Amino acid sequence: MRWFRGSGDRQNAPLNNSKAQPRTLRHSAGLAEFMRRIAGEEKLCVLDLGQTSPVNIPFLTQRGARVYNEDLLRAFREKNYLVKQEDGAECLDVTTFFAENFDYSENQFDAILCWDIADYLPEPVVKPLVEKLHKMLKPGGTILGFFHTQDAGPDAPYFRYHIVQNDTLELAQGPNFRLQRVFNNRHVENLFKNFSSLKFFLGRDQIREVLVVR
Amino acid sequence: MWKSRPDEKPITSSPAQPSFTSAAMTPTLAPKAAKETAKSNDPFRADVAHIGKSVLIKGELSGSEDLYLDGEVEGSIDLREHSLVIGPNGRIRASVSARELVVHGRVEGNVRATERVELKKSSTLMGDVSTQRIVIEDGAFFKGAIDIPKDAKVETRKASVAIPHTSTPASVSLAPQGSFLEQK
Repeated sequence: MRWFRGSGDRQNAPLNNSKAQPRTLRHSAGLAEFMRRIAGEEKLCVLDLGQTSPVNIPFLTQRGARVYNEDLLRAFREKNYLVKQEDGAECLDVTTFFAENFDYSENQFDAILCWDIADYLPEPVVKPLVEKLHKMLKPGGTILGFFHTQDAGPDAPYFRYHIVQNDTLELAQGPNFRLQRVFNNRHVENLFKNFSSLKFFLGRDQIREVLVVR
Repeated sequence: MWKSRPDEKPITSSPAQPSFTSAAMTPTLAPKAAKETAKSNDPFRADVAHIGKSVLIKGELSGSEDLYLDGEVEGSIDLREHSLVIGPNGRIRASVSARELVVHGRVEGNVRATERVELKKSSTLMGDVSTQRIVIEDGAFFKGAIDIPKDAKVETRKASVAIPHTSTPASVSLAPQGSFLEQK
């Protein structure tokens, strides 16, 4: 696993700076597999962990899904969850963060769109988040996650992912979240070790797609 | 010599073309639909009740006319068969029930709109939404669940659904996708 240390000033940049940024279409084998798995399911319940997308929500609701949106990266940016310990050191109050932003019941979701937020979240949050996802997902439910490859540096741009077709994403750049680390395949496997299966899809850009089934 | 005679008829355009007023060059045969759209987007119409940004209401707000709300409401809003526009200064901490809801400001609470919910780019909506049709502008923030009732979906599919696809990329590149690597 590669870590990217730095000031993290980009994390504090304004949120709505994605205007007029170039958009790119990208074929996604992981998304195609994800859509195949959820196709035809009745009363589908989908959680989108990315930024509010004007495209994803209509795309999924038109297929009969009840869509939940939870922008965790924005939640971190809007409120400071650092607390001082007795020895004066600061640490992240993960319990409060999840209580305020991620309070869902067990086995609630059929599918979760995780995108690449695990690469941008603070380290203490990532493992508890995956554990929570495991609880929130129904048995047989699917997660689509993206992870940067070793080629990506700390200045790799953050993209929002809009679903334009079952196997095609539109990538819109911004806001300026900072890449925190890069997981290798073994770390991804360890992260999702409680799930029943993982499939990796490698792209020629700096993104690996991972389809995880509980 | 050059004066036209009073009995001369002015040259007119062909009847198939729309005539224009000389002052504003506005087509007199403007499409009816365009007029209706402009009318429905204008919050300052005489038939729309208006609550200004300095007004704070705590309790139950109900009515049987369209409402433009730019103030603060805590409690519940029930407009049943009418539309509600939350202005850019609007701060709502209430459950909302209306035919149509357009949000420019901030809403915290569950929303039920029988026809349509529209989230403008400056808007924040935190709560569960139940509606037949939803339009979200890029930049809007939504946290919660969106439910399109099943019987409503059929109607939505029949109508042309307006998904605000914000931009069409000038140059589109398709990054090739590699193959399946491993399976646990």
